[in-house]
Order: sequence, then structure tokens, then C-alpha cells
Amino acid sequence: MAERAVEAKAAGPQTVTRRDLRHVVVRWFRELTLVPVIVVLMIGGALVNPVFFTTSNLINVAEGGAALGMVVVAESLILLTGKFDISLQGTFGLAPLLGAWLIAPKASEGLGTQWNPLVGLLVVVLVGLAVGTFNGLLVIKANFNAFIFTLAMSILLTGLQLGWLGGQTVYNLPQAYIYLGAESWLGVPVAVWITAATFAIAAWFLRYHRVGRAMYAIGGNLEAARAAGIRVDRIRIGVFMVASVLAATGGLMQAGRVTAVTAGQGSNLIFGVFAAAVIGGISLEGGRGRIIGALTGVILLSLVTNILTLSNISSAWIDAVDGAIILIALGLAKLIGTERT
Amino acid sequence: MQRLSSTGPASKPVTVGEADNVSKSFGETRALVDASLTVNAGECHALVGRNGAGKSTLVSLFTGLSRPDRGSIRLAGQPAPGLADRGAWLARVACVYQRSMVVPPLTVAENVFLNRPVGGDRRFVNWKRMRAEARDLMLEWGFDLDVDQQASTLTVEQRQIVEIARALSIGARFLILDEPTAALEKAAVDRLFERVRRLRDGGVGVLYISHHLEEIYEICQRVSVLRDGELVLTGNVAEVSQAGLVAAMVGSAPPRRATEIAAVPKTAGFGETRLEVIALNVVSRAGSVYDVDLSVRAGECVGLVGLRGSGSATVADAIVGLVKPRSGSVHAQGVVGYVPQDRHQRGFAPQLGVDENLTHAVLDRISNRFGLVSSRRRTAIAGREVARLQIVARSLDQPVASLSGGNQQKVVVGRALAAEPSVLVAINPTVGVDVASKEALLDAVANARDDGVAVLLVSDDFDDLRVCTRLLVMVRGRITAEFDRPPWDRQRLISAVEGLEVAV
Repeated sequence: MAERAVEAKAAGPQTVTRRDLRHVVVRWFRELTLVPVIVVLMIGGALVNPVFFTTSNLINVAEGGAALGMVVVAESLILLTGKFDISLQGTFGLAPLLGAWLIAPKASEGLGTQWNPLVGLLVVVLVGLAVGTFNGLLVIKANFNAFIFTLAMSILLTGLQLGWLGGQTVYNLPQAYIYLGAESWLGVPVAVWITAATFAIAAWFLRYHRVGRAMYAIGGNLEAARAAGIRVDRIRIGVFMVASVLAATGGLMQAGRVTAVTAGQGSNLIFGVFAAAVIGGISLEGGRGRIIGALTGVILLSLVTNILTLSNISSAWIDAVDGAIILIALGLAKLIGTERT
Repeated sequence: MQRLSSTGPASKPVTVGEADNVSKSFGETRALVDASLTVNAGECHALVGRNGAGKSTLVSLFTGLSRPDRGSIRLAGQPAPGLADRGAWLARVACVYQRSMVVPPLTVAENVFLNRPVGGDRRFVNWKRMRAEARDLMLEWGFDLDVDQQASTLTVEQRQIVEIARALSIGARFLILDEPTAALEKAAVDRLFERVRRLRDGGVGVLYISHHLEEIYEICQRVSVLRDGELVLTGNVAEVSQAGLVAAMVGSAPPRRATEIAAVPKTAGFGETRLEVIALNVVSRAGSVYDVDLSVRAGECVGLVGLRGSGSATVADAIVGLVKPRSGSVHAQGVVGYVPQDRHQRGFAPQLGVDENLTHAVLDRISNRFGLVSSRRRTAIAGREVARLQIVARSLDQPVASLSGGNQQKVVVGRALAAEPSVLVAINPTVGVDVASKEALLDAVANARDDGVAVLLVSDDFDDLRVCTRLLVMVRGRITAEFDRPPWDRQRLISAVEGLEVAV
């Protein structure tokens, strides 16, 4: 027995290192399933229209994906803990609308108070926090079904947005308010920088922070997480709050990009969000998937939209092609084994 | 209560867990009555008893999931912490349950250190350090497990290792293993025993709960027997015979629990063979099955008796096609009626009425050729089943969810019988129902048998077996004994079911 133990010790480190490498390779392969698809799409894009590979077009793609990306990060966080939130799209529209309404002049559909733009930004964050807290408390503590509850919230928020504006658009917004979506650093829109940073921070947090790992444990086996002393409810509610603030920030980017808040901002956004997260390998069952995968999902969807626009396909067909490509990506992910449910 | 081993005269052994005269009641049921049990460091202490004897209640007291009504629990020589202080409990005692407490998407190392910081930083995960410490832990205790493996790919045996390693790393030196071998193969059981011995040598106290008495003789030093909430025996394993153990579990025979189970005598000449299972092999988490052959003839009721995890329910599921066999074949003649194990999951549609539930298996017979259901024919068939099983409901369309458990179970059995099956496969058809419902259910099964249905009755409730004409006992996925001459001897039957060697 003693001999065997010694042997195991001696042989241990070597075999372990080799296994390490294998695990790492497999893991990355899973996460980056979509990379070949993205490469094919880019080649296709270049063939369709030479404009595709210009810097300005690629920046355009990134800018288009930035706001979507914020909401995808938000939804991914919630999905990892085993829940989901449809009303993120409502927050995406309503939060920037309320902020804009308080600071825009009466002539451009604002309230006319014309408060400091910073107050408007604060309102955006507060609306996100309020909606997230409400959703989190009622879904986690009161145990409402996440699907039907956040669906109702989504309808409510979108309805408020529409009713408030009566179908109009709030425009003529102060520079500070639209800074995120309208300005650039080093030739790249601020929104792209912020979204990239958000992805990086989320990925790092989920990998290295104690709460991040607890989120995987909660989504993977709720009972085991509870038994290990993880404050399951507190974390899940917190995730709803953070996610809504991220969605509100995404809405602010969108508003900045078009320098206005429309009555329809955010509607139907959530389908693309779920599609990006799931084809990126975030499991709907919870506990599985990585933020880097979700990022590839966002890139893929943004590229598809851009290429379809460049290829002169009638805009009426874009949704159909969009759907078909999501299906193909899903099938591919299933084949390679990212989404195993 | 007899105490065969007294505490040593000079040096008292170090205790890791003590229950001192604990009692616990749930409503009218007295689950534990003045039970005292001590687990010492470095010993493996067996806890045995039939289902409902109070084992799980004792475990819940030891793990801080509930508080005793009277008496006290001590862990590591100190009074037990308050129920709210989960951390303190986790640091003293851990129970490896049959249901897994492992998080599938995380790695082995993460599962071991779940929600606990490794190294000085409380907020951030030091992956390198965590992997290294997990690896050291595995080496220290001689566990052969890759710490980087994803937990979803682990076998049952490996998941147990993760849970044991987790408990040890928190510092717990009191381990409760709740039927750890139920889902393990023979080789894995041997490896488990090797690990338990090593734990023992390392000063860990193990409370070992098992239905398989032969395991106790292999690795335990002391054994305690619970019966009807009372601790009826504690002794050194070497000094208690197997027969003595079984006698302590069964107890002296009160009238309702006669030593012999009355059963219908085998009447000469059954009909043709209706159900035949040949060399069946199934791999299943609920209990794998190896090389099972059995056949049931018309008018015969074969009881398939086995503990949870023995594979008896898996055989039934394989016969009706709910699990896919790895090899072997099943031949059934005519319609097969099926009473599933879990009535809530597979038994009925709770919001639908009694009549609809009873006729779900015969929709073809109550509808015309355009597929339209005739409510007249439905009422007729439902009414017949309600009468046959004496189902008590306000009306035929009362939702099944609002019926009592006994009547719900009658609906499940009625649904199977409504199809007028030639083969009936029933798993624990009387589990959790009152005495009157039990009578009605068993009568219905007996009547079906007499009408020439071939019945396979999977059960671990000995009351059910009185409608059987022949018994097959399953242990660890294999048929190990056959009883073909009623009445059945309760003692021998228990010995066979618990996996003891008996001459049949």
C-alpha cells in the first residue's frame, strides 16, 4: 500500500499536467465553436461587397453590436444562475427614455425641466436598479415563474414607454447624455470600448470572483449550493439588479447612437439576445457556458445583420435569413456539443 | 436496550458524534424514542433497520437539519451548534446522501472547495492553489481522481469521493454514508470499502447506513439496530450473528406482522406464458440490471422483491419500454397495463377529472372513427373502474389532484386495468396509502390475476406479496432467490432481500 502511494506521488504531477492541457484545449474548443462560422461569414461578406472589409464598416458592425452586447452580458449572468429575464428589453427602452424626458426641452418632446444631463444619467441607472430589484424579489423571493412574470413586466414597460411618448421621439439631447453612443476614443466609438470592457470584467469576475463561481454553483445544483452555505437568494436577486442596470446602459448607448429615444427602442431586442447567448453556449438550464462564448454569439449576429444589409437583400427578408442562420448555428453548436440539453 | 460494548475503563475513546436519549415526533408519528448512539473516532459504526425505522430521522438530527424534541446531540465532544449556523455543522459532520450534492458544470476541485476560499484571499479564486490543494487532498487520502475533470462526467462512485473529500477538507471528522453502495457495482464497492478503511485509520468516525448486512460484517466494528424508532441493539459486529441482526430488525411478531405472509396457494396449471424477459441487461442510475430472466403466465402473479436500487423497478420500466436495455429481450403478449413507481410524475394528469384519467389508455376505444370522444362511453368505462376499485370521489369529473392519496393511487391502477390488459406490471402499487385503500388495490390486482391476467408486482412492501403466487428476489441487479411455495417465511425473505446467504 505504502509503495503504491509513493508510486502515485511520483507519477502524479506528470500525468496531471498532461490532463490539464487536455481539459484546457477541450474547454476552449467548446467555447470557440462559432469562430469558424464567423470566419466563413467574413469571407462571405468580403465576396458580397468589397465595402465589408473597410475599417469604417467593421467599426459600424462593432457599434451595432455594442448595445446588443450589453444586454447579452446581462441575460447571460441571469441564465447562468438558472433564471431569465425577458423584461430586459423593456428596461433597455424605458430607462433612457425617462432620463431623456427629464432633461430634454419641451420643444423636442421632453418635460421641459431641462435638468442637468447627469441627473438624467442617474435616472437611467436608478430605473434599471428599480426594475431589477422588483423582478428579482418577485421571481426569487415570491417564487413567481420567471417566464410569465418577466414577460408581463416586459409588456408593461414597453407599454409605458409607448404611452408616455404617444408614439413620438425625444430628441435634441445634451452632449453628456449621448456621450456613450455618439463619441469616439482613438477612432472607436465609446460604446464599443465600454461593451468590450464589460465583457472582459464579466468574464474575469465569473472566473475568479467567489460570487462568480457561486453563480455557476447555483445554476448547476441549487440544493448543493445552498448546502455549501452560499447565500443563494441574495446572489440571484443581486444578479437581476446588475443585469437590469447593464440593460439600461445598453439602452443609453442605443439612444446616443441615434441621438434620440424612439417609442420603439428595445422592442423585439430580447429574441436576438437569447439567440446570441444560446448559440454562444450559455445553457438555458443554468450553470453552463462562458461569457467569451456569448461574445462570439454577439459578433456572429452583428455580422449577419451587416452582411445582409450590404448584400442588397430586400430588408423584408432580413428577419427570415436571420432566423435561418440562428438555426444553423444552433445545429452546429449541438453537433460540437456546446449545448447538450 | 442492550449495550454489548461499554466505554473503555482507562482511556475514554474520542467521540465524533453522540446522540443522547434523543426523541423526535412528527405529528402523531413517533419517529425516534429515547435513542442513544455514539460514533467514535476511527470506527465504522453500522446503522441498520427496515424502512421507516427512524434512520433518516437520526441522520437529520446528526446533520442539523432538525432538532430533537428531547435529548441532545454532541459533535466532536461538544454540544451541537444552533440550526442556523450551517458553517459550524459542515465543519463537524457531513452526510453523503444518495441524491448528489455535486454541481455538474464545475470541476472536481471547485466542487471540493465549493464556496470556500483557498489561500488568504476571501474574494477571489486562486485557481492554481485550489487545484494544488485538491490534488494534495486526493493524494493524502489515496483518492484517485483527476481534480480538473468536470463533475458532470463523474460516475456515482467518483461523485461520492468528491463529497467525502469536500467534508474532509472542511475539517469534518464525522462522516455519515447513507446507503453508499446502492448504486455501485461490485468492484466499486470494494474500492469504497478500501477508502472507508483508510478513513477509519485516519481517525474519521463513520456512521454506515446500509440494507446490505453482509457489508457490515466486512467493514464495521459496531452495529446499532433501529426498529420502530427505538434503538433495540448496539453491539460489536463480531459478537452479533446475522440471524441476531435480522431478528432485532424484525422484532417479535405482533399480530399484524405475522412471521408468515399468507398468500394464495399455487393452483395447478396456469395459462400460457404472457410475459417473458430474457437475459435483460440495463444500465440505470435507479439501479442497473444484470442478466435477468423471468416469465409470467396467465393467471400468475409474480412478486419481484428488492430494495430501492436493486434494479427491480428498472426491470419493470424496461418491460414497458421506459428505459432502453443494453441487451436482452422482452416479449409481452397483448396489451400491457402499467402502474408506475411515482404516481405524481407518471401516474395521472392532476388537473383532469377522474373519468379522463381513467380512460387515457383507452382513448381509441371511446372515440369514433373521426377521433371524437364519446362521453357516454367514457362515463361507462370510468364508472366500471370506479366501482371495481371503490374510488371515492364527489363526481366523475373531480380533478384527481384533489383526491386523497389512496384514491389517486386507485385512479392510477384503474387506468392500467381499464385497458383490459393481458399483462399487468405494477411498481409499489400501495405505497403511501391508507389500510382500506390498500385492501381495495390488492383485491383489484388479485381479481385481475384470477381473471387470467399475467401480473408482475414489483414491491418492497411485504403486505403486497400476499396476492402473489411466486416471488423472485433481486439483490444488486440480479435475481438471487425464488420462493415458489406460499406462505412465505418473513425471516427468510428478509434475509434474502437484504442480501444475506440463505439456503432456498
